[in-house]
Order: sequence, then C-alpha cells, then structure tokens
Amino acid sequence: MQARLRVRRFDPESGGGARYQSYALEVPSYATVLDTLLQIRDDLDGSLALRCSCRSAICGSCAMRIDGQARLACKTKVSALAPNGEEITVEPMGNMPVIKDLVTDMASFWNKVKAIEPWLQPAGPPRSAGEYLVSQGAMRDLTQVMACIMCGACVSDCATLETELGLGKDPDATFLAPAALAKAYRFVADPRDGADGERLLALSRAEGIWDCTRCNICVEVCPKGVAPMDQILALRRKAIAAGYEENLGARHTLEFEKSVRESSWL
Amino acid sequence: MRAALEASRKSVNVAVLSKVHPLRSHSAAAQGGINAALGEEDSWEAHAFDTIKGSDYLADQDAAEVLCKEAPADIIELENMGTVFSRREDGRLEQRPFGGAGFPRTCYVGDITGQAILHVVWEQLIKAGITTYEEWFVTSLAVEDGACRGVIAVEMRSGRVQAIAAKAVVLATGGLGRVYQPTTNSLISTGDGMSLAYRAGAPLMDMEFVQFHPTTLKDSGVLLTEGARGEGAYLLNSLGERFMSRYAPQKMELAPRDVVSRAEQTEIDEGRGVEGCILLDLRHLGEERIRERLWQISELAQDLAGTDILKEPVAVRPGMHYHMGGVKTDVHGATPLPGLFAAGECACVSVHGANRLGGNSLLETVVFGRRAGAAAADYALAAAPHNVTPAAAVDQEKALKAVLERSRSEDTTARVRREMGTTMMDKLGVFRTEGEMAAAVGKIHELKERYRSLGVQDKGRVFNFDLANYLELGYLLDCAECIAAAALARQESRGAHSRRDFPERDDESWLKHSLCYHTPDGPRLEHSAVTVTRWQPERRAY
Repeated sequence: MQARLRVRRFDPESGGGARYQSYALEVPSYATVLDTLLQIRDDLDGSLALRCSCRSAICGSCAMRIDGQARLACKTKVSALAPNGEEITVEPMGNMPVIKDLVTDMASFWNKVKAIEPWLQPAGPPRSAGEYLVSQGAMRDLTQVMACIMCGACVSDCATLETELGLGKDPDATFLAPAALAKAYRFVADPRDGADGERLLALSRAEGIWDCTRCNICVEVCPKGVAPMDQILALRRKAIAAGYEENLGARHTLEFEKSVRESSWL
Repeated sequence: MRAALEASRKSVNVAVLSKVHPLRSHSAAAQGGINAALGEEDSWEAHAFDTIKGSDYLADQDAAEVLCKEAPADIIELENMGTVFSRREDGRLEQRPFGGAGFPRTCYVGDITGQAILHVVWEQLIKAGITTYEEWFVTSLAVEDGACRGVIAVEMRSGRVQAIAAKAVVLATGGLGRVYQPTTNSLISTGDGMSLAYRAGAPLMDMEFVQFHPTTLKDSGVLLTEGARGEGAYLLNSLGERFMSRYAPQKMELAPRDVVSRAEQTEIDEGRGVEGCILLDLRHLGEERIRERLWQISELAQDLAGTDILKEPVAVRPGMHYHMGGVKTDVHGATPLPGLFAAGECACVSVHGANRLGGNSLLETVVFGRRAGAAAADYALAAAPHNVTPAAAVDQEKALKAVLERSRSEDTTARVRREMGTTMMDKLGVFRTEGEMAAAVGKIHELKERYRSLGVQDKGRVFNFDLANYLELGYLLDCAECIAAAALARQESRGAHSRRDFPERDDESWLKHSLCYHTPDGPRLEHSAVTVTRWQPERRAY
C-alpha cells in the first residue's frame, strides 16, 4: 500500500520558518501513521523529529494533528484515513510552542496538571495496615478518567485555550484546560480523597471549570474515551452542590435555573 | 521513581533523570496485574514457591523470599497512595488468577494496571517535590577511583553534554526488548542501563533468558494481556482444539509463559497453526466482563488487528516480551560497582531466574525499587562529597561530534538494527540450537563492526533522534552480544532457554548463573552459584 504524508517541518537551528514536506512510500496494509513516520525516519529522512514510545496507545507520547485533528499517531491507521491513497497532513499539536518538527513544548501542560495538586489527599487513615475499603462501583466509576494517558490531544484542540492564547495571554495563566480538569475530577470523585472542598473552591476560580465553553472538541479528540468535558460538567455540579456559588459561572447557571423554574422562560 | 521516592524519605538530595517524560515509561504497558499473597488462605511461601518453580529453580531463593514477603505491604502502600485497584464485594482488593500461580493473587486495575501504578507513583513524586530531568539521554556512567560518581548525559532539547555528579546512581532503565524484532516492548526499551553498567565494569547476569509472551498480535507484535487467560480465555489450534491439554493438563492456558509459548510454537511448527499463529478465543467470557476487565485489549485487537474479540478469536503468537537477566545486584539493589545500584527489568537480583511469572515484574519494580532507593540513600549519606571531572563531559562531546561529522553512509542505523532484530528472533527464539546461536554470535560481531562506521543524517543538536537512535543501537548490540554468548554457552534447557540439542535441564552442570564481563573483544563469561534456601530443585510440570 502506498502512503503519502505531508509533514510540517520546523528546524529551530536553521533560522528559517516552518515548511511542509511530502513523502510517499510503500507501507504494509496495517501500518499506522506512526509506523509510517518511523519508516520515513529510518529510510528517507533521519532528521524528522517526533516523540513516540509504546506503539499501543498507552504511553501518551505521539499525539499530533493528523488531517487537522489531534490524534495518537500509533492509533491512527493510514488505510482508515486514506483508503484511496490520499495525502495525509501531519502537524504538531496546537496550543503549544513547537520546538522541532512534531515535538512541542509541553511545559505549560504539565504545569497545569501539577497546579491541581494531582495526588490523593486522604480523608483519613486506612484500616490498620490495610487498603481503604471502597466499593467496586466507586472504583469502576474512576476508570474512565483514570484511562487518561496525558497525551495532550484535548489541550491541543481546546477552543477556549486557543482563543486565550490568541489574545496573547501568558500560557500558564490561561484556562486549566481539559486534561488537568479531568485529572482533578479523578480526585474529587475518589471516595478516599478528603480535599473535595478545597479542590472545588480552587477549581471554581477564574481559568477553572467555568471557563469551558462546552464545545465538545475534547470529547471528540480524546483517544482514550476520557470525555474530559463530561468530567468538567460533573465538577460544576459538585461545586454548586457544595455551595461554591460566588463566581460568575455558577451564578450564571443558577440564574438560568431560577428563570426556568419561576417563569418557564430562558 | 519508586527508588527516588524512598531515597527522598531519607532526606537526601535526589533527582530523576530520564530520556523520556516519566509517564512515557514502558511500565505503562504492563496490563495484567501485580502479585501479592493477600488472601487468608494464601501465603508468601506459596507465592515464593510458585515464583521459584516458575523460574525453573534458577531464581536466588533468598531474593524471591524478599520479593514475596514484602509484596503485600508494598501493594497496600500503592493502594493507599491512590491506585484504583479492582475490589471485591466487601471493598477489599480483588485478585485474579495468573499463569503459573497456585492461587488467585494478582491485583489489577482492569487491564491498565501498569499505567495506573505508574501515574500514581508519579503523583507521589510531584507531591514530594522531587526534581525530574525529562528528556536527558545518558551516554555513560562517570566512574572514578573504582566507584560510580554520576552520569554523563545529553539534554535533548539543547544537545548540551553535561556531567552530573551523584554520590549514588540507581539504574531503572527497563528492558532491552528492541534487541528483537518484533517485540511487545516500547521503542525506548533499548537496554541503556545494562549496557552502561556493562561498559563501566559491572557484570550482566543470566542474559540468555528472554521471555516470549504467548499472546502477542501477529503484525504489530503488540501485547494482549495474560489477564485474558486469567479471566478464562482459550487457546485453540487450527483444529479448534484446546491444545494446552497435551502440554500442561493441570494448568492448561494458565501454565507459565515459557511452557505456553513452547506449546504454541510446537503447534505452529507441526502444521496446526493458522497463518503462523494460534487463536485466542474470548467469546465465551461475554461482553460485560470484557468491557469491564479487558477493555484495552479489545481496543488494541480492533485497532491493530481488525478483530472484534466479542465476535471472533484473535490470531496471536509468541513474541519477545521480557528479559529475565540484567545488571547483577544483591537484594538491596547494589551492583558490584560501588555507588551503582539497579532495580526493575534492567537488574537481575535474581527473582525471575529462567522464566518470570506474570504479575511479578511490576512487583519487582516496586519492592526492589524501594530497596534500591533506600540502599542508595544510605550509601550517599555515608559517602564523601565529590565532583565528576569535567573532562568526562568534554570527551563525550568530542565523541558525539565525531559521529555527527561522519556523513550518512549507504549502511544505516535502521538497517543494522533490523538485521540484529531478525537475527535474534530467528536464531535465539523460543527454540534454540548450537549452529543457529553460533551463527548469531558471528552476525552480531559483524554488525558491531559495521556500527563503528555508521553516520547520522541529522546534524543538528536540538532533539536529534537520529543521534539518539544511533547511541541506542550501540546499547542494543552490547545486549545482543551478551544474550547470544551466554545462550550458546549454556548446554541445557531451562525455563525460557530451550535447546533442541540439549532438551533436558541439567542441574549438575548448569544450576548456576551466567555472568558477562565487558572486554574489548566481547563478553568474558563466568558463572556463580544459585542460592537455594528451602526449595530443592524438582521436576517442573504443570
């Protein structure tokens, strides 16, 4: 099978800007975009830079924009996108500075994940020398967010973030974005975690859960079915239920609710 | 990361340095679970016996005792840190059956156990405020006055070479799977730590023992967890027979991996395969069980093999998966080189001997990661301060410059790597013979010669993966050479080392470890005794 890839190249040491380079090569029928990129690096162009490791959609290294949408290169089959040998466009993730070719600077991504205090803050000690006793149902409910591999696809294509960065805001002071918020939900929803109040208060501030515009793109691009926006909405419900209403987002929601309830009008 | 966490608890200054972001590590790919004797009817002795019998009696029994005795507390700690382990009705940890185990003692998180644990340990690293140097590629260990004094590494983002002094260094670099083609292993599993230690003078132990996992996808070589068989999946040949009844009538599909892989290869070789594979049938498990417990592999089978495991069996075959050997360490993770420690797949304590049981590799990383971190911290607290001579970094810079200045030749890194991978697969696979292994030794020697004159195409410094791949190939060739040499020398069949010309285990001559020492002319082989505490070697049947 022939694969044709159009790859966005950028070499920070060349002094020049970004350019697109096209490659055509024979690949096996089962080849993924990652297989194809690696074959290019092996046989055609050793200078092509990309991150990759596991080839099985679990390490989170190879998120990139493929035909305009963030995807894992290792989970995207060439034959699925280009059944008739169409050219596939491969670009680095969006909403992050590009360092070289398909390698982006994820510093801000990690800073935001760290900002939500991503570790269990237990409500109390476990039973002596044992595990916390929790139901399988509660654990099963966490597995959807737990499946997040921190690939960055949702952040790459997040519309809110794109708008804020477009306005020239400091990346670390922008919307926390889907991955970090889904990670936050993982702790708020964990019955072992005792810091729900502090977490929900912090998440209700500017750049938190109320800044999501509900465009649903993160749900569409997530390669692991994490559905980050659904977790953000769940956090909003929990925040209101916990009484964190002193912010524009919560007040806006409550006013809508009140209006519908009292007047049947939006 | 577990080692760093433990060291930080002893108030030493600790940092993690990795060629990838820590969450990209190959531990994420471990699917099935992690073992501990938690059940009231189970015991650490039973776990140790299964581990030792599984190892074909090559494991050091004192080390296996440590592993199994300390497993329950380490798994409870992982749970307390936040790991979302599957539960029983009463809220306690659920355990599933696994290959070669006499009791269901494998704790799990669906089929993403490794990912779940890796992320939780990383969270603890952030909580503890431990510095991580991400995307730093180690090119050599700094050895001065007979002790390891730090590392020389390239910061991949800038290409800058830096000498980093450390009173103690813990290698936790994982396996060497990319020596083989295909393999279930990540692209980053290139034997870096083993080769670095070997070049620095530390011996590599039991390198001939390479595990072939019974259920890997045909084209991609990607893994489908042993948890599938733990949940009850069947292995079928072209006649629709559950052929394991002929090879392991008691344990059937849940015999240890070496036994199942040999059975599959025999079925395929004798004409009862299906296009070079056998079939893994999960249909009778039902949709609900597969959705809840085997979700990842149902996606992988769909994405990579186009098979809906709810509707049809998936074609699988034995594939290179794990390496039992590694840098020789004691039960504290200390290597014979002072100041150098190792833990996890890159180390050989030895708890896996000639064949590892499923669910014991994640366990080893946690138990011996913790022990190595503690021992390295103690060593550092007692050591005098020192610096690494800057000359070491200058020499490394010159060496890299020389590689960059060579033009890309007709022969390439990729070509040498592919020839190595197919040679190892063809000649050092599930079954081995003298002639084939001798041919492999010759071929690896040829490839090492060719390696010396390879050039790279990328002449830049920023994220030069061409150069990184070249350096990784050097590590892989060291590992390949040791595997082939140690395998050729061992004239018996034991665990994963299965010779057609020496089909029996020979305890009289070969109940001993192989040690490879680096010399300019290739590995020098020595042997050392196996520690036997309370389990005398017996015939191994399942």
